[in-house]
Amino acid sequence: MSEVAILNPTTSRGVNTNTTPVAPLLDADRKPLTKKEVSADHPTWCPGCGDFAVLALYFKLIERRKLQHEKITTVAGIGCSSRFPYFVQAHGAHYIHGRALPFASGVSLSRPDLQVCVFGGDGDAFSIGGNHFTHTARKNVRLTYVVMDNSVYGLTKNQTSPTSPIGFKSKTDIWGSKDRPINPIKQAISAGATFVARTTATSPNHVLAMMEASMDHDGFSFIQCLSECVEFYPGAFDAAIPRKGGVFNEIPKEHDVTDEYASYKLADTEWPGLFGVFYKTQRATKNANEQSIIDDLQGKSAGLEPWQILKKNFDRMK
Amino acid sequence: MITAASPQSSPKISKISEAVIRIAGNSQDGIQAIGGFLARLAGRSEQEVMTFMTIPSTISGGPSIFQVRIGSGEVLSAGDEADMLLAFYDHSYKAHLSSLKPGGIVIYDSDHMKAEDISVENLTKYRHVGVPISSLTVEAIGGTGRDKGKNVFSLGLLAKMFDLNVTKLTRLLTERFTGKDPKVAETALNAFNAGYNYQLATAPELFQFNPGENVGLSQVVMSGNEALAYGLIAAGVRFGAGYPITPWTDIMELLRRELPKYGGSFQQCEDELASISMAIGASWGGRVAVTGSSGPGISLKTEALGWAVMAEMPLIVVDVQRGGPSTGMPTSIEQSDLNIACFGGHGDSPRVVIAPSSVEDCFYTAIEAVNIARKYSTPVVILSDQGIATRIEAFKEPDLQNIVQDISPDLTPVTDHKPYDLSAPDGITRHLAPGTRIASGKYPVVTGLEHDELGHPTGSSKLHVQMVAKRRNKLKKLASELPVPVVYGAAEGQILLVSWGSSQGPVQEAVKLARAAGHAVSAVHIKYIHPLPPGLDNIFAAFSHVFVVELNDEGFAGIGQMGALIRTYIPDAKIRGITKTDGLTWKVKDIVDRALQMAK
Repeated sequence: MSEVAILNPTTSRGVNTNTTPVAPLLDADRKPLTKKEVSADHPTWCPGCGDFAVLALYFKLIERRKLQHEKITTVAGIGCSSRFPYFVQAHGAHYIHGRALPFASGVSLSRPDLQVCVFGGDGDAFSIGGNHFTHTARKNVRLTYVVMDNSVYGLTKNQTSPTSPIGFKSKTDIWGSKDRPINPIKQAISAGATFVARTTATSPNHVLAMMEASMDHDGFSFIQCLSECVEFYPGAFDAAIPRKGGVFNEIPKEHDVTDEYASYKLADTEWPGLFGVFYKTQRATKNANEQSIIDDLQGKSAGLEPWQILKKNFDRMK
Repeated sequence: MITAASPQSSPKISKISEAVIRIAGNSQDGIQAIGGFLARLAGRSEQEVMTFMTIPSTISGGPSIFQVRIGSGEVLSAGDEADMLLAFYDHSYKAHLSSLKPGGIVIYDSDHMKAEDISVENLTKYRHVGVPISSLTVEAIGGTGRDKGKNVFSLGLLAKMFDLNVTKLTRLLTERFTGKDPKVAETALNAFNAGYNYQLATAPELFQFNPGENVGLSQVVMSGNEALAYGLIAAGVRFGAGYPITPWTDIMELLRRELPKYGGSFQQCEDELASISMAIGASWGGRVAVTGSSGPGISLKTEALGWAVMAEMPLIVVDVQRGGPSTGMPTSIEQSDLNIACFGGHGDSPRVVIAPSSVEDCFYTAIEAVNIARKYSTPVVILSDQGIATRIEAFKEPDLQNIVQDISPDLTPVTDHKPYDLSAPDGITRHLAPGTRIASGKYPVVTGLEHDELGHPTGSSKLHVQMVAKRRNKLKKLASELPVPVVYGAAEGQILLVSWGSSQGPVQEAVKLARAAGHAVSAVHIKYIHPLPPGLDNIFAAFSHVFVVELNDEGFAGIGQMGALIRTYIPDAKIRGITKTDGLTWKVKDIVDRALQMAK
């Protein structure tokens, strides 16, 4: 067999696409999207769930930053919070448990024109997807990762999560969890994340500020957002809610966010800990590193068509 | 064929049309390099060539062989028996003497083996030539590199024995060592010349190849893994992700090195799960991406592959099969991943599986896989095997200008779009790449949950029934459009041998051998494995026996994996299996013997 029997389809578009020409619109002529325009399915979350606030603030962020539908890509894995993409009227992907980050990295690295936002929960991020968290952070892939941390498995109805505190009683630890929980901030810093922040769904302005800061960051930005599960872990974060008698302590203004050790130390602050940007540094992104390899190699074959580049290789194999 | 000749004072020169040469030593002796030079020389000399090699799976090396079969006519397999054995050590001699045909010539390194240790029986059966390869190499290159370079010395010996084109070989050697320290190239040429000029007065016979048939053909010489990787590039693939595992690794290394030249990239990931996920993410980004692995790595990818089936995402998954299960026999040849490629995963998850049959076919199969993935919006598994992956062949240079494709995503805005449109007459899902504006303001979602036409989740059993059927039917449509396989040999007869993957060459050679002996044997090769192409039932009807020849276990039901798959389409007891699991390629004679025995 020395030919291609199955030919390349002439178009990637089928009859399921109405390709009636659409008048071109300059970005400047387009209005910011309203909440109505950017919301899709009604969330399936339980009434009172902290995730509602995060979704509403994501809408606000889109509006404020004048992002248009097609430029937003929302990616998630599996879990209550991971149903996020269904609720956003934009290109979205609901992927498999724990692997949202590599999926999103594939989008980010192959399509640098897109803004990639990943949402997920603590089980998705730190348990089944723990390995990917470390590697996406160290490679500094350009994307934003918001982990809505409720410290419990909600979708599967009350099992211990990697951030459940010692003593937490769940259906898999009826006598109280005995395993030391993960500290996501310390984990992110030590893995090499270049933007690490912490917030709580009950402080909307703070959440929005963190999201905005993360979007301004060129690299892997990570936000841990405490988001209460009213069904299986009610009151989990009361200690951080002033109207419930808690304290919302922001990171001291004098903290040097580029000081890795100082940031790591701050992350050990006694419960409910501190909120704000712990760590932020500028390091070449994976995207930029790959682009520089491309620029370098393409420079050497400038002006050549792809088939001519391939031909040069084949000529060497004669 | 080399035939035995009576010893003479000066060696006589025989004209031959083909030769099988086996070089046996340790993996660090660079015997793959000699094989590579011979293969490329054959390609440049318009001859057909096929190679077979084994490498130990340990890092530090161990016994290793390289077999090369060069022919002036069609070469379909690496050859059952060798005409010549070049043995570097006593252990290589002992392990591989039986692969030599009676009367064949063995050249042994007399620095590692004593003539007096050779048994009378062996001396009668084979023709022996002792050459102090190690010490002559050391002498030729000045003794600095010890016996490193004895591979090139031996290449010189072989060049003399087979009257190979020294000008071309010298050029190949120079090209190979260009860019390194000029002394390296000089040393290599010294070693080569020492071997070439060695007085082979004791050689029983010298040989000369008849001119090749492929006159005027521009041939390229490469391995199956290389051809597959270049095929993906030609198909327009610009993104891939993988994790190292033998024998898939060469493909990812090549793509990592080459894709940036085309503006693309290949990512080495933290694990197999990440690599398939990253590839799927890039595919969703609008351009079919590739991931791949071997054996255990494929098992790890199956959950994500199921997502690609559910979301109907185009994707290429390369599986370079090796001996399994588990870590199994990492450097052995086996075709035992057919089941996981076709059926691996939970739920009903139809996907496409195609298998290349030769090095050349790897190139074209890669392009077809991409085209199928795009046309039917489906994951496609390319099922290669160790038998093709590392084998070197010469083949006609593809017409790259006409073959190389552009599959860049189309981001033109559209009015409206429903990826999973149930009313689409062709029943095929098509995605829009993110970044595409949809004027209606209704944007699709891709998901692993059962979904409606826009991709939003549903618990509706009616929709599940419809979507399951949709995913199945689009591939039944593909099946109906596949080319009907062509019978090799007569269209009717007693025995039909069915091959897939790397078994094609040996099976076709078996047909030639059997027909020459007067048996009514034909063959059919199946490239599109899942779904199967149309027309097999008609082909089978013209034969009394149908034997599926494959490198895997016969299983509980006494039939191999492909045989069992075919039986689900054509439940006929005359379809039986010829299988084996010794980790080596087929010997043509074994296929014929077993087929005739089973048909008795």
